[in-house]
Formats: sequence, C-alpha cells, structure tokens
Amino acid sequence: MHADPHIGLLHRGTEKLAESKPYNQSIGYMDRLDYVSMMCNEHAYVMAIEKLLGIEPPIRAQYIRVLFDEMTRVLNHLMWLGAHGLDIGAMTVFLYCFREREDLMDCYEAVSGARLHATYYRPGGVYRDLPNSMPQYQKSKWHSEAEVKKLNQSREGSLLDFIEDFCQRFPKCVDEYETLLTDNRIWKQRTVGIGVVSPERALQLGFTGPMLRGSGVEWDLRRKQPYEVYDRLDFDIPVGKEGDCYDRYLVRVEEMRQSNKIMQQCIDWLRVNPGPVIIDNVKVAPPSRADMKDDMEALIHHFKLFTEGYCVPEGEVYSAVEHPKGEFGIYMVSDGANKPYRVKIRAPGFPHLAAMNEMAKGHLLADVVAIIGTMDIVFGEIDR
Amino acid sequence: MESLKQKLQQHFADQLVECELNRGELTLHIEAEQIIPVCKALRDEFTFTQLIDLCGVDYSAYGNSGWETKQATEHGFSRAREAFSQIDDVDEGFRYAVVYHLLSVQNNNRVRLKVDLIAETPIIDSVTSIWHSADWYEREAFDLFGILFKGHQDLRRILTDYGFVGHPFRKDFPLIGNVEMLYDPEQKRVIYQPVSIEPRTLVPRVIRDDNRYLQSAGKAKK
Repeated sequence: MHADPHIGLLHRGTEKLAESKPYNQSIGYMDRLDYVSMMCNEHAYVMAIEKLLGIEPPIRAQYIRVLFDEMTRVLNHLMWLGAHGLDIGAMTVFLYCFREREDLMDCYEAVSGARLHATYYRPGGVYRDLPNSMPQYQKSKWHSEAEVKKLNQSREGSLLDFIEDFCQRFPKCVDEYETLLTDNRIWKQRTVGIGVVSPERALQLGFTGPMLRGSGVEWDLRRKQPYEVYDRLDFDIPVGKEGDCYDRYLVRVEEMRQSNKIMQQCIDWLRVNPGPVIIDNVKVAPPSRADMKDDMEALIHHFKLFTEGYCVPEGEVYSAVEHPKGEFGIYMVSDGANKPYRVKIRAPGFPHLAAMNEMAKGHLLADVVAIIGTMDIVFGEIDR
Repeated sequence: MESLKQKLQQHFADQLVECELNRGELTLHIEAEQIIPVCKALRDEFTFTQLIDLCGVDYSAYGNSGWETKQATEHGFSRAREAFSQIDDVDEGFRYAVVYHLLSVQNNNRVRLKVDLIAETPIIDSVTSIWHSADWYEREAFDLFGILFKGHQDLRRILTDYGFVGHPFRKDFPLIGNVEMLYDPEQKRVIYQPVSIEPRTLVPRVIRDDNRYLQSAGKAKK
C-alpha cells in the first residue's frame, strides 16, 4: 500500500506576494499561514527583519512577545487536542477545548483588535502596549443582568489581570481533558503503538517540535537556541519515549502546562516593569501620534514609512522560532530594497506530512486518521 | 561558529568556493558537482543529521529597482511610471541558487549550503539519498523554479495546480499569473482563459544607498 498526499490546494503564493510589497505589509500574511498559531508565525518573520536590520526590540516587547507566543501555543494545542479527539471519536473534549480558546482569543482581540489575524508584532517590538481594560459583556436578550455580571467578573481589571485569572484556571482545565483521555481505553487503543517513529528516522525525516520530542529527542529551540527572553524563564521540556501517537499526545498536553507556567512568569514581570514596547528608531517604527501633530520631521518619517517603507541592508538570514508545531523558519534574502528579494517559509508541517507514507505503512486505514491528527496538520502553512 | 568555520574550511579545502560567516550564520558556497560528497561528509562527519530546509532562489532580478532614486533631487519622480523593470540576460550565466539549511541536533549548530546553477539547464544531484526530508523540498523547488534534481525518484509538481504551465516563483513569471479560471455557463464547465486583470504596483521597489548600512552591506549574491 502507498500513501501519496496531494497538497497545494491552499497554495496562495505567500512567498511571491511578500516579494511584491514592503516588509511591514507582509506581516498580516504570516497570520494566514498557520492560522491557528498566528503570532508565532509573525514572530519568525519580524525576527528575520530585525536580524537583517541589526536592531533589537525593548525588553518589555520581548516579554510581551513571549507571553503571546505561549498563549498561541496553548491556543494551537487546544485546537489540535479538540480536533484530534473529534477525529478519533472523542466528542466532548472538543467542546471543552473551544471553551478555553474563547478566552484566549479575547486576549488577542483586546491587544490587537482581531481575534485571529492579529498583525501585532512589528520589527522592533509590538504594535502597542497591553490595554488597561478588557471589553465587557453587555446585557442582551440571551444574557440576563446576573449572567452578565458573572461573565464580567474576570474582566473588571486590565488584560494582565484577565490573563492571570486564566492561568490560574487553566491547569484545572487541562486536568479535565486528561480525565477524559489519558486513561481512556478507547483513546489508548486508537493511539498507543500507532505511527511509531524512531529518533533516528525522526531526524532523517526532518521532524521538529513535538513530533521530534515525542520520539525522545530533547530538542527545543526555546532552550537550545534561545531567542527573546526564553533564557530567563523557567520551564521544562517534555519528551516522549515510544514515538507513537499517544506519546505525542502526552508531550503536547504537558507543553500546555509548561506554557501556562511561562505565561505566569511573564505576567509577573510585565506587572512591575513598564517601559517602551517598540524601538525608538523612526527609520523603522512609526513615531507616536502626539509627535506627529507638532513635529514636521516626525510627520515626514511617518509618511515615508507608510508609503515607501524602509530599506533593509543587503544580506541573507534564517531565523527560526519554536512554533507550536515545530521549527518555523524564515529564510530572507534582501538586496537592499524596501521589499524582500526572496522569502522562504520553512513550515514545520511540510516535512511532517511528507512522512505520511512511512508513518502509515502497515496500519489500517482508520489509523491514518489518527496519524494525520497527531501530525497537527494545518494546510495554511504547508501549502503557503 | 568560528572554530566550526575553520574546521569546515580545512576539511573541504578542495570543494569550497567560499565560506562566509555573516550575522552569526555560516554559509558554504560549493559547486553543483560536489553536492553529494559534501553533504555526505556534513552528515556523517559533522553530525548535520537534519536537513531543515531546501529552497530555490532566482537571482535574475537581484538589485533591480523599479525606481531610480539617485536622480530624485534633480528631476523629481513620475508617479505613473511602469513599475516593472525589464529583466535582462535571464538565459546566461548563473541565475538560480539552491539553498540548503542544515541543523546538527548533537552539536547545536546550523550551516547553510549554497549552490549556484546556470540559467539554461538548472540541474543538480538530488540529496534524497542523504536526507529523506529532501523529497518534498526538491519537488517544491522543481515546481516553483524549474530546478531539476538528478536521481530524485518522483520529481512531480507539488504545490501548483494539476496541468499547470510554467514555474511561478521565477522572477519573469508575473505575479498576477498567466491564466484565470472561471465557470462558463454555456459550456457548463470550468474553463481557463488568459488573465484579464491588469497587474498594478502600489509601492515601487526602491533601493536606497543608506550610509548607515554601507559597512554591513555583504556580498550576498557572491
């Protein structure tokens, strides 16, 4: 038997499109690659530009990025857990996962105005600081006064308060998912011993992220090649043993707990360390609105940035982040223009799906569903 | 990185065209004929067990800017100028490059491998026998750039449509494409026809000689 995935049905030519517009205008395209872990995609892209320009974002921006990267990881793993569960016959967990996703997407909305496609990271920092208030529910036909009051309980304070409240609730939620699945006989029958990949083969097949760690290779860019402030944070890297679907499930569930821990540390730091969130360099980041009102130079800089963009020095870089699905990399070539010369997106799902044939060999057709689920496939990034 | 660079330079003394360390990233330039022995040695002797990425690059429009900026102060710009500068000499000399990104999980380092290919027949040996993950990456580079990989078992298109004509990521392939697809109610089927939308550039491509970057300006092209 032979499995030959046909991909490309979602190919939009993101890389070619990026070559045709100024650097900043492609940040929004990055959200649409892996559309369940939006900010992590943006992160690799802006990091590549920063590396070419030789700039570094302020420390507060780095913490905000880490906070939102980890929030994105939780969002991604919740989506994965729900969908994977649904695929192989566990309905309830899907509903539970989406309940928590809702809160996190509200955080996305509070900070960027969009629930999914945030375009929040910018070269040199993030678009704006965390807001001091959360949007609240209004009384309506469907929600009575009392209900609204209960819903708004955690939304009285700032965004950080809301996230902290979430972080305290979340470990309990993960316990809930685990009671549904971890010792569930049917779940184990569907996943244990399915799609086994040895560590040698995982490397050979180009696996990264949970797919590689599930096979027992301790490799995490956040720890091994730390970017932003990951080297200051305390977290563990879960590693699997057998390299089957069940181990990868356990790895991802533990990653959610670890992400929660990182988020908590970021919140504690962000509370006591105010400061700028974007670089003070008007050649890259726009000046403040207030400056523009009475400073001619600031107005010119703003105009130049939003019409022509900025020119990036000639050269080539590869920047990678530990994306929820694996290593997400951007290889960027610049010839000195205001648009990239070539952008190559290294999507983690691409080599994972390429291994479909090998992983499915000798299994039943029904196991293919479990294997696709365990790969955490999102076609937005594979087809680009 | 510096020590790895020296080690690699020593080991590949005969094969290396150039070896540069730029922005903390190591790039090896080699000739197309050497790809198999160099990759084998990198995997077996330098523990680069993972091929993280493989991609093509088309250098034919490198350094072209849609807008001559130097004369700006003398003449001023014309807003409505033709946006695309013509690409000349696409069929001569080196045009394409294949770029390999390798990762060593054991030693925690990365290296980039670059091979220039000629415009007429861009062909290079496949590395699928060395890293299995090269399979789809090479198909992608073939699909998008028309680079041929000798020894690849199954070099089919991967991302573009069934029956697609051309290699869309080449610089002389228009962004807007060549054909468009629509439903024809008379024939009661989906048909292809020449594209009817006019290409339009909102922001021209500009290269400015920014003196802040003059020192760091590398020679990326080679």
